[in-house]
Amino acid sequence: MAEAERLLGLAVIGILAGGVYGLLAVGLSLQIGVCRVLNITHGEFAMLGGVLTFTLVELGINPLVAPVIIGPILFGIGFLLQATLFKGIKVRAPSPAAFEGNALLAAFGVMYIISYIARMEFGTRALPTHYLTEGLQFLGVSIQLNLIVGFAVAAVLGIAVYLFLTRSRLGRAIRATAEDQPTAELMGVNTNTILALCFGLGALLAGIAGTLISLRSDVNTGIGFNNTIIALIVVTLGGLGSVPGSFVAGIIIGIVSMMVAGLWESVLIVPVYYAMLMILLLARPTGIFGKK
Amino acid sequence: MPILEGQGVTKYFGGLAAVSNVDFHVDQGEILGLIGPNGAGKTTLFNLISGALPLSSGEIRFKDQKLNGLKPHQICRMGIARTFQETKVFPNMPVSQNVLVGAFFGNPNRVSAADAAGEASQALELVGLSAVSTAPVKDLTLVSQKRVEVARALATKPELLLLDELMAGLNPAEVSAAMELVTRIRDKGITIIMVEHVMKAIMGISARVMVLHHGEKLADGTCNEIACNRKVIEVYLGEETHAGS
Amino acid sequence: MNITRLFATHRKSLLVGFLILLIAFVLTFPLYGGAYPTRVLIVMLMYTVLAVSWTMFSGTTGYMSLAPAAFFGTGIYSTALLQHYLPFPVIIVIAGLISFVLAFLLGLVTLRLKGIYFTIFSFGLVVFIGNTINYVEAEIFGRHGWYFEALDRTTLLYTMLGLAVVTVLAAYFISRSRLGLAMRSIGGNEEAAEHMGVNTTRIKVLTFAISAIFMGAAGVVVAPSLSYSNSGIAFSVTYSFIPIVAAVLGGMGQLHGPIIGALVFGFLEKTLKATLLTYFMLGFGIIMVVVILFLPNGLIGLVPILRDKLGGVIQKLRKGGQAEQHADT
Repeated sequence: MAEAERLLGLAVIGILAGGVYGLLAVGLSLQIGVCRVLNITHGEFAMLGGVLTFTLVELGINPLVAPVIIGPILFGIGFLLQATLFKGIKVRAPSPAAFEGNALLAAFGVMYIISYIARMEFGTRALPTHYLTEGLQFLGVSIQLNLIVGFAVAAVLGIAVYLFLTRSRLGRAIRATAEDQPTAELMGVNTNTILALCFGLGALLAGIAGTLISLRSDVNTGIGFNNTIIALIVVTLGGLGSVPGSFVAGIIIGIVSMMVAGLWESVLIVPVYYAMLMILLLARPTGIFGKK
Repeated sequence: MPILEGQGVTKYFGGLAAVSNVDFHVDQGEILGLIGPNGAGKTTLFNLISGALPLSSGEIRFKDQKLNGLKPHQICRMGIARTFQETKVFPNMPVSQNVLVGAFFGNPNRVSAADAAGEASQALELVGLSAVSTAPVKDLTLVSQKRVEVARALATKPELLLLDELMAGLNPAEVSAAMELVTRIRDKGITIIMVEHVMKAIMGISARVMVLHHGEKLADGTCNEIACNRKVIEVYLGEETHAGS
Repeated sequence: MNITRLFATHRKSLLVGFLILLIAFVLTFPLYGGAYPTRVLIVMLMYTVLAVSWTMFSGTTGYMSLAPAAFFGTGIYSTALLQHYLPFPVIIVIAGLISFVLAFLLGLVTLRLKGIYFTIFSFGLVVFIGNTINYVEAEIFGRHGWYFEALDRTTLLYTMLGLAVVTVLAAYFISRSRLGLAMRSIGGNEEAAEHMGVNTTRIKVLTFAISAIFMGAAGVVVAPSLSYSNSGIAFSVTYSFIPIVAAVLGGMGQLHGPIIGALVFGFLEKTLKATLLTYFMLGFGIIMVVVILFLPNGLIGLVPILRDKLGGVIQKLRKGGQAEQHADT
């Protein structure tokens, strides 16, 4: 009975952690869905977020305030990447398929560059970033405050992004661009700015997700790749382009990862994700919330 | 004798019926014109026949065989070929190779390289493109690219050919040439369904015409019957006659 | 005599000549090459196998596969597990078969979906296998990594050369066959190809599986020269990106592109790594970005550019010469 309770407790932790995964995925979803770039570097943005949080805390800044500084920095990086690199590739690409391939490769190159520079600055050691670690005892596990805060922030941001995309004029322009860029351009939308905006927004969300992750676990310069994998799987599971889908999928992945870590081994988490992904793609290729 | 029959053919996209309960038939060796305003469901009907889209309900039979659930490559090998509204050539391959694809793979039996080459050059000759057979297709004009599509479809040795807006964007001289090409194809014994907006072409060479509107069949009959059909005139032909086709 | 036109019309025989020279060079290399240069050559040839087999499928159909590392790693692990029990050639065959089956299954599942899902999936497969093997190794066998029995490096060099030759020949004959035509039609317009009678799913799966064979074999052959490997090294996604970079660098879609790109890249990687060790990653990333941005048609794309520039210079020289002649009369 105590075991069942513990599992339930782990599941709750998974749900809370999953909110952050959802946030991570929404960022990637924007980049893939609107900019058509399969951004392998996404996780590195999260890594930067976490690592920069550490730096700011060292300088005496409260970690919850850090996103205010980190957000714009990462937005800027993302904005520039799209506006210069990916736009340049698109202009030169002979076909959309060629563009997607080249953009993927360029993203991989950027991943190497970012992670190298980070490694130069911070080395490979774990950066102690635990904050708000007081825990509530609940269902046999200790639920740390940082988890709850992380979920809350992620949820608020997620709702904000959702409302922005669905209700605002700019959001409509974004969705039009995602659906049919040439037509949107003809209708007066400055699609180049929109794309850069979306990429920047995606990077910003990833950076904040990185901050939230750093609240509950030590970060280091190598966590980027794993976070990219998580983001990819959540996006595929939740359906490209769906904010609620990303969050639901993020929560599912969070629960699954805690279950696997609790029952088996953490190492098996990725194989389990992948198996889930395979089954899902067989049954419903566009994800939970994706358009069929 | 109908070579192609459809009963209750229906296709839903979400809640919207793109094609709704359409009954139709095409007789062997005739040219059937398929007209209707944009969005009437003409290309969707083609997609249902060619297997690109599954039917929501209803049945389509080709030479008395049900087509429901078959994949496009299977339907092609049974003897139905088509062209596309947005020209879908293989842009980086030379004209001859485009047509060869049809010759090799459109035949249910294995074709020797020599036979395929023969089929391909015959098809190219029929559409009048023999001279440019080595040119990469993307370098050709739109008119020629459409002809490549026709040759490619012909190389699959179809009994039924679906032509989707072959004449779109052509000037009057080009339209006449295209009309002549279609007639030549029909004279070889191939049944044809053509979707067109160019009334001169439809009325000029079709044996019968079918009119779709909002996914439903509005009318079908001979050219005269359709031209005199009040409903059709209201919906569609009215604009066309003013345009002075 | 127009040099550039000479190059263009005799391109095929020039390429064949180049390849023959290359083969002769490799065959005689052990006579004068030391241990490290031989390693470099082996890696260059290995990248050629990976790049050519990757282009075989992804270059023609347009479906970008990130799976090479999965099959390559399978090859490495086949050697790791079987090196003491079976002769080398048998291991190559086994790894090739496993890779074929694995690719076939993955293809069946994912090649029905849109291209982007296939790419994501193939990427995930590498990570999946790597993680799973890591777990199995640690928990069930209680070990991390494998040591390889060293093989005579001349044997390895010749074997890798043989594999490279086989791969190139296979790619060549496939491209000239019906299968090649079908693949190119899928790359040209998949929907149209399907409507012309091409069974696109079967063609895609089959070609993908065939290309995997060579990748698995490459892993088997390179393993003994590695001395040590573990699941992280063998199934590193970098091995999925290298063939793509090589193919893009050289110019995809054609045969000589991936060969040239792989040789150039392999050479640069090995020599630069030696001298720039710490900056290597940065350099790799920058090279990738620069190549993608400025050489979208790869090195082969440089040829028309050079031809135009060179042709312009030669024109001027000829005009200058003619003007002089006229001035004399």
